[in-house]
Amino acid sequence: MEISYFPGCTLKTNGRNFEGTALPLLELFDIHAKELDDWYCCGVSFSQSADNLMQQIAPIRTLVKAKESGNTRLLTLCAMCYNTLQRAIFFIKSDEDKRDIIHDFMYREGTKFYGDEVEVVHLLTLLKEIGSEEIKKRVKKKVDEFKIAPYYGCMLLRPKEVAIDSSNAPEIMEEILEAAGCETTYFPFKTECCASYQIVNNSEIVKARTKKIVNSAVKNGADVIVLSCPLCFYNLDEIQIEIKKEDKNFKTIPVLYFTQILALLMGIKSEVNNFSLHYIDPTPVLKRKGLL
Amino acid sequence: MTENRMMVRVQIMGESYEVPEGSTIIMAMEYAGYQLKRGIGCREGFCGACATLYREKNDYKIKGGLACQTVVTDGMVIAQIPFVPAEKPVYNITELTPDIDTIKAIFPTVFRCVACNTCTKACPQDMEVMDYIQALKRGNIERAADLSFDCIRCGLCALRCPAEIVQYHAGTLARRLYGRYLAKKSPEIEERIKEVKEGAYDGEFEELESMSREKLSEKYYSREIKLK
Repeated sequence: MEISYFPGCTLKTNGRNFEGTALPLLELFDIHAKELDDWYCCGVSFSQSADNLMQQIAPIRTLVKAKESGNTRLLTLCAMCYNTLQRAIFFIKSDEDKRDIIHDFMYREGTKFYGDEVEVVHLLTLLKEIGSEEIKKRVKKKVDEFKIAPYYGCMLLRPKEVAIDSSNAPEIMEEILEAAGCETTYFPFKTECCASYQIVNNSEIVKARTKKIVNSAVKNGADVIVLSCPLCFYNLDEIQIEIKKEDKNFKTIPVLYFTQILALLMGIKSEVNNFSLHYIDPTPVLKRKGLL
Repeated sequence: MTENRMMVRVQIMGESYEVPEGSTIIMAMEYAGYQLKRGIGCREGFCGACATLYREKNDYKIKGGLACQTVVTDGMVIAQIPFVPAEKPVYNITELTPDIDTIKAIFPTVFRCVACNTCTKACPQDMEVMDYIQALKRGNIERAADLSFDCIRCGLCALRCPAEIVQYHAGTLARRLYGRYLAKKSPEIEERIKEVKEGAYDGEFEELESMSREKLSEKYYSREIKLK
């Protein structure tokens, strides 16, 4: 099966460990993710201001590309891109006047977009559709006492119109990881915001959040945190180094994309993990647990 | 000479002139008495020196084009641009890496692109300008170099960009990075340069230089192209 694929900019640069593990993983299920030609940066976050229509143009252009490709199911891996594209669809569906303005602005481009033509699907949703049985069949390695803390953050869950699972108590990552034979651990901060772009103007907020989230995962016995958002990845991974500098008693924990764990369990060569992109080195714990 | 030609009325730099129908903007300006020293070059649409902004009768849109390629229409309002004062960062290509960090450091404005496509609409070369800026945004230097290959650096994209990106200079950087670091190296070229430097062809050059024009011409047209 072929599915249209929108990687987003980060997956081509700092998030190579995400794309690098997700695409071979899909091939195991006979799914080929076909990257859209010359797609556009989604804009990185959904514009909340009412008069900033310009910010909606980029995600809409990408959705137009998906519509034109004829393969209108559009896969995303990055939680941020998923959120931005989904919300652009809701926006264009719900506001006819603004949709007309956007169509007028894009008068030279030909294809119009109304919102119903493209379905944006996140990889977690796709894996859930594939089902536990199929996931189980492809697992090559068995792990014992490897506790994973799935972290959702905001972008997969909020607002609830675009949520891939329950906004309050999501289980989708747990279901998939458990199907692959992992043990997951509940921790109360799994849907807490990492403080996102506050990293740009006030990193103290991110530090405080990261500390809370990481401490909670560690206290609940997690060996690693897994997630699906490159910005959460950055905030939770690199910022731990900063926290450690200030607080010697702080216990760090490796952060991985959920696809990295699945790829390792399914026997995909470990090079695609690009471990050099990680600030907290996950290789010691992965070796201990027999995944490397 | 002009009696039988239809004339159109245009405004050049705020003054009204009658110029022959079918003239390009350059021809119209020279007809009107302008002596162009800046904002003019090859007159063939290749050099990119003659970026111009104009507006047509009953149209509110300010359009851009090359003055040597754009034909005047009746009622056209023309402003010839001597040159585009866009920022041109200075860098040493030998000290760079062909990746997104270089783009971030030298052209941070690239990351302000909101995909409005105004640059593409402004491009007289019909290039996909926005697409190469977006390629740079995701660190795909090769794609940016490829998509910007036909750029003649007229600067109209930068003049129109609401995000104030200097597309044409960023495209130049992409092509330089591609050429220096990413393009497939050809060992034949290295070999041939070495031969040239060692004087392997000096004798043949001397022979050619001493030939008469007729003989040289005869030799040129009867030459055989040998392929390895």
